[in-house]
Amino acid sequence: MLNKSYYLIPIISAIISISFWIGFNINLLPEEASINAPIYDELFRILFIIGLILFLGMTILVIYSLFKFRKKTGEIGDGIALEGDLKLEIIWTIIPSIIVLIVGLYSYNIYDRMGGMNELNNHHQIKNLKSEKIWAGINQVSNTNGTNNPLVEVSAMQFAFLFNYPKGDFISGELHVPVDKTISIKMESKDVIHAFWIPEFRIKQDIIPGQPTILNFTPTKVGKYPIICAELCGPYHGGMRASIVVEDPSDYEEWFNENKKTEV
Amino acid sequence: MTILLDNKPKLKESLQPKGILRYFSFSLDHKVIGIQYLVCGFLFYLVGGTLASAIRIELTSPISDFMPRDVYNQVLTLHGTIMIFLWIVPVVNGAFGNYLIPFYVGARDMAFPRLNAVAFWLIPPSGLMLIVSYFVDGAAQAGWTAYPPLSITTPQSGQIIWIISVLLLGGSSIFGGINFIATILKLRRPGLNLMQLPMYCWAMLGTSLLVVLSTPVLAGTLILLSFDIIAHTGFFNPVLGGNVVVYQHLFWFYSHPAVYIMVLPAFGLVSEILPIHCRKPLFGYTTMVFSIMGIVVLGLVVWAHHMFTSGTPPWMRLFFTIATAFIAVPTGIKFFNWVATMWGGKISINSAMLFSCGFIINFVFGGITGVALAQVPFDIHVHDTYFVVAHFHYIVYGGSVFVIFSSVYHWFPKVTGKLLSEKLGILHFVLTFIGFNLCFAPQHWLGLNGMPRRVAEYDPQFQFVNQISSAGALLMAISTIPFLVNIFISIKNGKKSGDNPWNALTPEWLTSSPPPVENWEGEPPLVKEPYGYGNPILKENNN
Amino acid sequence: MTSINSSTKTETTRDEIVEDHEDFRIFGLITFLIADGMTFAGFFAAYLTYKAVNPLPDGSIYELELPIPTLNTILLLISSATFHKAGKALLKRKNSNCQRWLLLTAFLGVIFLVCQLFEYFHLPFGLTDNLFASTFYALTGFHGLHVTLGTLMIFIIAWQTRINGGRVSYENMFPLEAVELYWHFVDGIWVILFVILYLL
Repeated sequence: MLNKSYYLIPIISAIISISFWIGFNINLLPEEASINAPIYDELFRILFIIGLILFLGMTILVIYSLFKFRKKTGEIGDGIALEGDLKLEIIWTIIPSIIVLIVGLYSYNIYDRMGGMNELNNHHQIKNLKSEKIWAGINQVSNTNGTNNPLVEVSAMQFAFLFNYPKGDFISGELHVPVDKTISIKMESKDVIHAFWIPEFRIKQDIIPGQPTILNFTPTKVGKYPIICAELCGPYHGGMRASIVVEDPSDYEEWFNENKKTEV
Repeated sequence: MTILLDNKPKLKESLQPKGILRYFSFSLDHKVIGIQYLVCGFLFYLVGGTLASAIRIELTSPISDFMPRDVYNQVLTLHGTIMIFLWIVPVVNGAFGNYLIPFYVGARDMAFPRLNAVAFWLIPPSGLMLIVSYFVDGAAQAGWTAYPPLSITTPQSGQIIWIISVLLLGGSSIFGGINFIATILKLRRPGLNLMQLPMYCWAMLGTSLLVVLSTPVLAGTLILLSFDIIAHTGFFNPVLGGNVVVYQHLFWFYSHPAVYIMVLPAFGLVSEILPIHCRKPLFGYTTMVFSIMGIVVLGLVVWAHHMFTSGTPPWMRLFFTIATAFIAVPTGIKFFNWVATMWGGKISINSAMLFSCGFIINFVFGGITGVALAQVPFDIHVHDTYFVVAHFHYIVYGGSVFVIFSSVYHWFPKVTGKLLSEKLGILHFVLTFIGFNLCFAPQHWLGLNGMPRRVAEYDPQFQFVNQISSAGALLMAISTIPFLVNIFISIKNGKKSGDNPWNALTPEWLTSSPPPVENWEGEPPLVKEPYGYGNPILKENNN
Repeated sequence: MTSINSSTKTETTRDEIVEDHEDFRIFGLITFLIADGMTFAGFFAAYLTYKAVNPLPDGSIYELELPIPTLNTILLLISSATFHKAGKALLKRKNSNCQRWLLLTAFLGVIFLVCQLFEYFHLPFGLTDNLFASTFYALTGFHGLHVTLGTLMIFIIAWQTRINGGRVSYENMFPLEAVELYWHFVDGIWVILFVILYLL
């Protein structure tokens, strides 16, 4: 029996190595275009690897048992009358609990680094928005100076996003932002629940009628990315999308000046 | 105080329908009602599957070109509603619960046979109502989740009919739950105590507790929603001062336990099937009981993980992350115990066993994506995308539906006295397993890369993967054929199974196949060790 | 104990099976009332959440007058006591006394409903005026439905307690016990409702 258990070591090592290799080499996510994205991808990689190890382990166990312990034709009799093994059960209760706890704490850390724990509901911090309750969104700045002056006010309606730039007093159908700056947007819905999702930034926030929401993010890569509505909002939900154009500050200034209506 | 079971006047023999007509009557026999639930549920599965096929056909191209957009939304709404309320919940609870529980507790029938029949007969009209609503003025089209304000602003008649239908189906579920709790707790034959019951009874007890505690909240919520639609109150209408997030909290308070209502009975059924075909006791009976109860308790306090991107404060999101992730512990224990049950056994590789093994593999996959989804930062990117669609289909299809198929192969001999063809069964399994994984595994990638849920049009870069997924769906549709052929052929010409083809120990196998009306001739057997396989001493006592 | 009359085993009809066991219909009713209670719990949760999170615009908070609801509370509490008396009378096989207590209970229920309607007609707000109004009517209306059903059932069992041909008797107390349990439940819900809606 002792010899047989040594087989476990190469098998478990193989599962772990394969999982790590897949986790680090197979990319399942879109490009990273915000400061948020690498943090998210780190979490994804860990979850993916742990998940792979568990899945491969369980699948191999099931398929192995199915064949190793199969009843050959003509064989009679039962298997071993094993009703339980307290030690084993304790081990496989405690180890998953620890894994779950560690994963939970780790994702708390990730969420914090993404700015999720920063309260947006502190009325004394949001001075000029005192009369409106701002509902939680991701807030990547620890001070809320940005949230006092959102760069863009996003209106979501059936079935389009409109971007109002208060400083320039114009409305655009495309969201333009400068790269490497923390952008603050305030979102509201005119009718039903919509959502604001930029896959390359790894952020999403429901836009809820009656509940203005602030979302802060920092794009890190110049380019044009889709903004997708991710909450069923009616028949044209699938077609409800816009674009976010991340530009160099000089290009952004140019675009802004071309579009603005009043001198600020 | 003792009462007579039948204190109503005796019906003349000639009034009792015989043969197949029994199944179309208001029968009080739990076995008949169980089969009624099963067949009715399966018919609705075929309807829901047709709707799914329509969705997958639409999604083979990136533009909306197969059906009008609002019809597409109706199709996806009805697909979800029918599969949940008319297929899985009634079948794993009503069909198998009603058929098996009286056998397992050693009773002749359920505690409240008339309530049982009423609970079943609520189902066909509610289902028909849902289907017919399409022809009235369009069916509901706000998703099975019916979030306001969308559900308040879409065409009214479809949504109202949907609400009435779901209220009736919820009522049916609650009546069933009351029946199961009373039967399991009160109707056990003398000498049989709770910790000697087959595990399926514990699973049904836990499920019924969830049903009784959470379904009424859905009823209340839908009543308030209907007020908003008909009477223009403002419960969930922000224009009139209401709050849509309150709807989400109330809705998910039921709908999260609902997924356990769909899956816990399946866990129970697998716990019955594995020991018999592996000829080994169920591993860790007591821990299995505790993990069921753990899932029930935790299942009631994790609902807001469906709302991580709604207006919920960070502390709330954190609480729900941790609570949700912890459900993985009792669930994981059950899976380890099932594999331990297989380990060292004498396994018969038949259709029932294959579907149960497929269940384990699929559900572990779905459970892992579930733990990932429980983490707030992870969920933010994939919420309301095809990643979630993939996750829950691994759970409800790869989980519950696989177990339903496994259970059909396992108990068909008991119900009909005939054996199903193993060749067709294995073909069914192979087609289903490959088709299912081909359909849903790629959807994880779709969600991660930018395809949202509930859409008929998508970014063209996703077309190829969507076509693979649709091919898988086609295989799944085709896989129904060997299954149906098997059932029809075997009912007529199947090999006789005898009373106990699997040599099992649980009470339903200790009577004829099919069983007599009174379940056993003579006294109900007292089975103190339903999993007493591999134990030479016990075998003498039970034979 | 089972006694089976059958020629062949597949011919046995359900009616020929007779079994003695404990009466657990009250247990089933209790489970049902827990479910019903959860519906109210959902409504209460919604009401309390709205109160905390969706404050009404200034000037639209309505003070609810307390005399009528207080009277209603007293009425319901007394009616529970009279129902209890009806049960005790039936235990002593005094059917006519039982009937009288039941009718008194039903009468109190009717007065409750009349007072509730009186309050409805004299309230300054309608169903759709604002969130508070809607929730108020939803909660009290749902409860009032339960009272109406309960009162009807009390009338029915009062009729069934008659000596000639009535089916509720010392031997068959279940209908009275069941309706009594339901009535106490409705009373309990009212007390909670009174505290949360009117007093808080």
